[in-house]
Amino acid sequence: MPTTSPGADSDVVGLGRGRAMAFVAPALVLVGVFLVFPAAWTIYLGLLDYSLSGSGAKAPTFVGLGNYVTALGDPAFTKSLYLTLLYVGFSAVVGQNVLGFLLAWFFRTTRPAIRNTLNVLVLLAWILPGSVVAFLWQALLDRRDGTLNALLGTTDMAWALDHPMAVIIIFNIWRGTAFSMLLYSAALNTVPRSHLEVARMAGARPWQQLRDVVLPTVKRHVLTNTLLITLWTFNDFSPYLLTGGGPDNESEILPVYIYKEAIIGGHLGYGSAISLLLLLANLVIAVVYIRLLRNGSDKEATA
Amino acid sequence: MSAATATHAPSARPAANPARTIAARSLGYAGLCVLVVFFALPLLWLVLTPFSPTPSYRATLSGFTFGNFDKLFANPQTWPSIRNSLVLAIGSSVLVIVLAALAAYALSRVRIPGRDQLLYALLLLSSIVTGTAAMVPIFLMLFQLGIIDRQFGVVLVLSGGLLPAAVFMLKDFVDSIPKSYEESARVFGASPGQILRHIVLPVIRPGMATVGVWALVQVWGNFLVPYVLLSDPAKQPAAVVMYTFYDAGGQPNFSLISTFALVYSVPVVVLYLVVNRRYGFAFQGGIKG
Repeated sequence: MPTTSPGADSDVVGLGRGRAMAFVAPALVLVGVFLVFPAAWTIYLGLLDYSLSGSGAKAPTFVGLGNYVTALGDPAFTKSLYLTLLYVGFSAVVGQNVLGFLLAWFFRTTRPAIRNTLNVLVLLAWILPGSVVAFLWQALLDRRDGTLNALLGTTDMAWALDHPMAVIIIFNIWRGTAFSMLLYSAALNTVPRSHLEVARMAGARPWQQLRDVVLPTVKRHVLTNTLLITLWTFNDFSPYLLTGGGPDNESEILPVYIYKEAIIGGHLGYGSAISLLLLLANLVIAVVYIRLLRNGSDKEATA
Repeated sequence: MSAATATHAPSARPAANPARTIAARSLGYAGLCVLVVFFALPLLWLVLTPFSPTPSYRATLSGFTFGNFDKLFANPQTWPSIRNSLVLAIGSSVLVIVLAALAAYALSRVRIPGRDQLLYALLLLSSIVTGTAAMVPIFLMLFQLGIIDRQFGVVLVLSGGLLPAAVFMLKDFVDSIPKSYEESARVFGASPGQILRHIVLPVIRPGMATVGVWALVQVWGNFLVPYVLLSDPAKQPAAVVMYTFYDAGGQPNFSLISTFALVYSVPVVVLYLVVNRRYGFAFQGGIKG
């Protein structure tokens, strides 16, 4: 957190502490009720047998860690966890990260025409509303009329049914690479040109320049980017619009699993227990990320 | 330090083989062309199908017509759903701007005890409590408060999710404004209320506009929150209604879906371009999913 210099926050307007707190209060109340409370309540709800229908509906009973025991014993949950790791690993940590870096790397030397075209396309994939892109991909992959089958000359390939995980992974690479591309483009601008010149004159090949000069400089950006896209992909609900978690739960990542169990199935206690696991995973990633930011600004301050 | 390692490298290393360089370069271009196709392919449908006389999943133009748009605007669900999207987006955006501006100004100019910890907590919260992770407790809470299936409830939930990031962005903005305006106004005897209204508000308006547009776009495109919290089709926004344009046989109504997708996307793209050009700023953060 950037620390302001003394006097930088002197109360020039003469607001006073009381009024200042009154200014902050409404935002805090809204955040408290609709963000903090639900997160905290998840802990409690996860300990209950609480359903919208059936025996748990009338009087939720306290079952302690029962929901967690149930989850671990449920093959559908462990499978969903495994699929989520696959999804995050291949689509974000590897896919978006590497592709975003490559795009930023090539953009430095490519012709403006190619660079601008690709830049616009990648950004469009990122900013279009989720409902729209999901439908675009259904049109792309459709069994009978899909663009992909027309292009490859394959007939009757139901991509989303035959390879659901591959489909949502490639979809997410398409959807989210823009962020990594933007971040790495900014990061590569911080690499001093003179260092690259020196390396080139010493006869370093491009990949050697990359390894010895560029990567050490942008190491922190790589870490930042990986943490952020991991967090977002972990909480990504959009595969639901493509495959609905199917066929046969073959692409049922955790957000979809929670939705189906809690909102469709009405098992609110059980769904809360799983949600808490998601919140804890988010917490770990976010704490590492913020530590990183703080260390960075401390170093800059002392430098 | 890394450059030093490079200088120590043997200078007698053979220069890169020109044939290999050319091969590598053409490989690079081939790769970029594949990427252009990969990123463009899904978008073709959005651009072509709305104008096709026979819209289907096929992304070709077998003629040119605006007839699909006539069908879209004649559909009784179109305008109400766009109105609902506007209600949710503008409602949340206004609420976020007002509350975030008040909080950001006070946090920037007045040393409130525990301020840094508060900002730290907000930053942490906004990134961990996502729409996906909190859908169950939020659903249950609105259910018990009796505001489930109410647009009002959705606005509150979305605003709560966007506020931490909004306060952060606006506080940064206020921090960067010199205090001399406020100081001179005070010297001339203006009351705090007058200074806020006539000095501070005009100065932080660009920051508020940016945050407002950011919130607008976040809510406009949000699917999960209204999908979980609104079950009455008459209250659902465009993001959700798009998925109900199916005929009795379960076949998507392509005339409606393709045109709706385009009409619904255009504002997002336009707003992005405007904000990007004026502030060089990219959308990110907030409740995703």
